[in-house]
Amino acid sequence: MIRDFGITWAHRDQLINGLINTVWLSLWAAALAFVLGCLVAMALMARTPGVAAAARGFVDAMRCVPFLLFAYLVYYGLPSFGIRFTNFGAGLLALTLYNAAYMAELLRAAWAGLPREMIEAGHAFGFTGLSLFRRIVLPPVVLAAIPMIGNQLIQIIKDSAFLTIIAVPELTHEASSIQATYFVPFAAFVSAVVLYWLLCMVVETAVGAVGRLAESRR
Amino acid sequence: MSDTGPNGAATPLSNQPPELVLDVRGISKSFGALQVLSDISLKVARGETVCIVGPSGSGKSTLLRCINWLEAPDAGQVYLAGRQMGVRPGGALVMSDRELARMRTRIGMVFQHFALWPHLTVLQNVMEAPLHVQKRPAAEVRADAEALLDKVGLGDKKHVFPARLSGGQKQRVGIARALAIRPDLLLFDEPTSALDPELVGEVILVMRELARDGMTMVVVTHEMGFARDAATRVVFIDRGRVVETGTPQQFFSAPTTERARQFLQRYATTANGSAHAAGR
Repeated sequence: MIRDFGITWAHRDQLINGLINTVWLSLWAAALAFVLGCLVAMALMARTPGVAAAARGFVDAMRCVPFLLFAYLVYYGLPSFGIRFTNFGAGLLALTLYNAAYMAELLRAAWAGLPREMIEAGHAFGFTGLSLFRRIVLPPVVLAAIPMIGNQLIQIIKDSAFLTIIAVPELTHEASSIQATYFVPFAAFVSAVVLYWLLCMVVETAVGAVGRLAESRR
Repeated sequence: MSDTGPNGAATPLSNQPPELVLDVRGISKSFGALQVLSDISLKVARGETVCIVGPSGSGKSTLLRCINWLEAPDAGQVYLAGRQMGVRPGGALVMSDRELARMRTRIGMVFQHFALWPHLTVLQNVMEAPLHVQKRPAAEVRADAEALLDKVGLGDKKHVFPARLSGGQKQRVGIARALAIRPDLLLFDEPTSALDPELVGEVILVMRELARDGMTMVVVTHEMGFARDAATRVVFIDRGRVVETGTPQQFFSAPTTERARQFLQRYATTANGSAHAAGR
């Protein structure tokens, strides 16, 4: 067993590269999913019935598809319509779209929980449309939703592990390739698990710190 | 403002009738089957402080919300300094959100539950609309905001977030925020109803000062003390209708309608404490 961990240690560069890819992929996916989630949340809260229904359809569809299947669909399915991505691109797109639905839903929930008068004050003082959303609605929504956004970030990190099946060179993929080459499954996978765990600890700590900072502004 | 005295009456120097800031003409509003406002008319001249009183659920707040079109009335018109709210000049076309917003920036509103923006400091709350809606120069807006915060006695709290303030302080920020847009008209929606009794006085004090300075105000309130000696006119509303309107002296000492008499009586017995405290 010690020998197995020795072999894994010898290939630490590969694991670190995988970790870096996982971090990049997750951060990009989180940022893009947040932006897209904001737009979808706006649509969900829109008074135009068609818009709200379309957004609701998107959110429900995403939430009912297993992520693995969705990743397959983006990577293998879209090329039949002539839309082709790199592995990394397909992985990022799948992660983004899938998690945007969750982001939208959690932002909508936080939005619906805001005191009505506060948004009304925005209207009363002449804010409209995008500036109302950006300046009056979004900041308190985000402040209220920080713990949920943190959870979603962790979910994104874990979802990114699925992307090994479309050969995105992220952490799980690298661990898997080490174990397949040297047959050290326990050592390789436990190492990956520990790295995921550390990554999630960093996220939790950061979210906690931001949350405490936000406390005075709620 | 220069041609009106502290009580909004035109001074003898001026032969012209006082300028109308607000002219509400026969507005009605229903929510479903519930008729909340029926054919309400109200004229407010520059410098006047009009207090709207009446039982809970009589439509007072809805009336305020119809004035700045947060609720569009079903019938009737609202004119702000001669310009019709919600409808384009000369036509029956409904205003766009943007046009409506531009008119709203001439009306400051103070809310029952303060409705401060929690993610902004006190100073940022006051500067937000002048900077980002009216797009006035930052230096001027800041100087204005600081002066207003001094005026409401919160100059030392400008970098604090609203969550750290007491109710009375929050409401004074709310008033400074409403004044910062340099409004033609201030609307107060039960500004002291959500306050602990001992905090009512500090807010009333600021409102009295504004009334004295000749700010044009429409105040929905249960503070009869304020209505009695700061209002130029009291409008009594019950079940969505204007039942009685008059000077505070007339209204409080010799109400002409039975309903107003009953209302005042109930007030004398149930709310004497707080009305008295604020009457100082």
